[in-house]
Amino acid sequence: MRKHMILRVLLSLVALAALSGCSGIEPWVKPYERDRLADPIMFLDMDPVSSAYIYHVYEAREGARGGEGTAGGGCGCN
Amino acid sequence: MWVFLRTRRDAISPESLCMHGRFIWNLLMIFIRLTVLLCLSAAMFGQAVLASVLPEDRTDFLYHRYDGGGVTIDGPSVLVRKSVGKSVSLSANYYVDMVSSASIDVITTASPYTEERTQYSFSADYLRGNTTMSMGYTNSTESDFDANTYHLAVSQDMFGQLTTLTLSYSFGDDVVGKSDDPNFSEDNTRQHYGIGVTQILTRNMIAALNVEVITDEGFLNNPYRSVRFLDPELATGFDFEKELYPRTRTSNAVGIRTKYYLPYRAALEAQYRYFIDTWDIESHTGSVSYIQPWRDFVLTAKYRYHTQTGAHFYRDMFSRSEATNFRGRDKELSPLSSQTFKLSLAYEWLPDGWGFIDKGTINASLDYLVVDYEDFRDISTGAILGEEPLYQLEANVFQLFFSFWY
Repeated sequence: MRKHMILRVLLSLVALAALSGCSGIEPWVKPYERDRLADPIMFLDMDPVSSAYIYHVYEAREGARGGEGTAGGGCGCN
Repeated sequence: MWVFLRTRRDAISPESLCMHGRFIWNLLMIFIRLTVLLCLSAAMFGQAVLASVLPEDRTDFLYHRYDGGGVTIDGPSVLVRKSVGKSVSLSANYYVDMVSSASIDVITTASPYTEERTQYSFSADYLRGNTTMSMGYTNSTESDFDANTYHLAVSQDMFGQLTTLTLSYSFGDDVVGKSDDPNFSEDNTRQHYGIGVTQILTRNMIAALNVEVITDEGFLNNPYRSVRFLDPELATGFDFEKELYPRTRTSNAVGIRTKYYLPYRAALEAQYRYFIDTWDIESHTGSVSYIQPWRDFVLTAKYRYHTQTGAHFYRDMFSRSEATNFRGRDKELSPLSSQTFKLSLAYEWLPDGWGFIDKGTINASLDYLVVDYEDFRDISTGAILGEEPLYQLEANVFQLFFSFWY
């Protein structure tokens, strides 16, 4: 039960992050400061065809599943 | 079948069902609230200075090969992504697993077999302002297994593209067959609920948090696999009977990952995932990667560690036939730890493009996987009962792929 409480707290934090969207936060990393994040070596999923395959292998060899992908999007600096 | 060896599972007591029901209900409520917030945010930030972008147009040709534990699986995967206009991106994937299996399960209770699995995936992304809506469909077919999955997701960039929030849902509908019984047909349904946030933390650092809940219902065990139980009347001291899994399973996973740009041009990535499910499997998974470009090459080294407890109905040996309500001897549901050592090298061989191609790379990678089972004994050694060594799996996973951007 305690473990699920932790998950709920995490979900609440996600909700809080979304709520803060209404407060007009100024981006603290400006667009012209994102050159390093735009480098392909900083992409969270550099090669989707390869990562999809290797997660498939892990799911086949282990009892756990999910939670290892990315939320999509990225730094918006392509 | 190789894929199938691992994808279905249970639930247990009414208490846990109730607990997980509440959890899913709460998640659904958060999902709805966040969707409303996304719409509000889209309205507020829709005219942001930066525009969101669609995924890059690229095509990948991959050859994959898994070799270990008496199992060889190889085949191609082709992934094509192309934008149509400025708002739509389409992708298609063709994937094949050609399986030749004489695994420890197969040689002890069945006969070696060959199998082929073919998978087609299609998806479309629609970008409007800072919101990307995605839908997809995947079909996977084997001689004794057919799976269809439908996927929906909405993704919102916020705060000048510092934050990306993604909500996703997918529904899977499987039909399980049995190669030696044409009348055998069982159904499975599977639902994924996901929430993810990708966040730029500093000009050198990006992080992502993912929460994923998966529920399964239906025939979750393998129709071929057997469990082992003590039988003093046999010379070996044990016999086999069909495994029987619960018909529901709910799993929760929370993953975080972060990537840091080092002072020289290189990147360091760390990842952790916590997992727990209603079958009492609890796991921790962590990895560290280092990415080093050099001239036209990019070298990646990765170490991954995974440890898990076993399912409550797993036993290497049951005390008697039908000893428990549910029973399984799938080694992937047993307590185990695994380590992966990965090396990959990418070479940019079309740095200046060619014709309509902007860039091309060739990439080769090798993952060396070692799995140590803590409660799964190797009965193929012929050792006497109780003295069989614990099983260990070593596997090499090789990938070679060409990628083109256009």
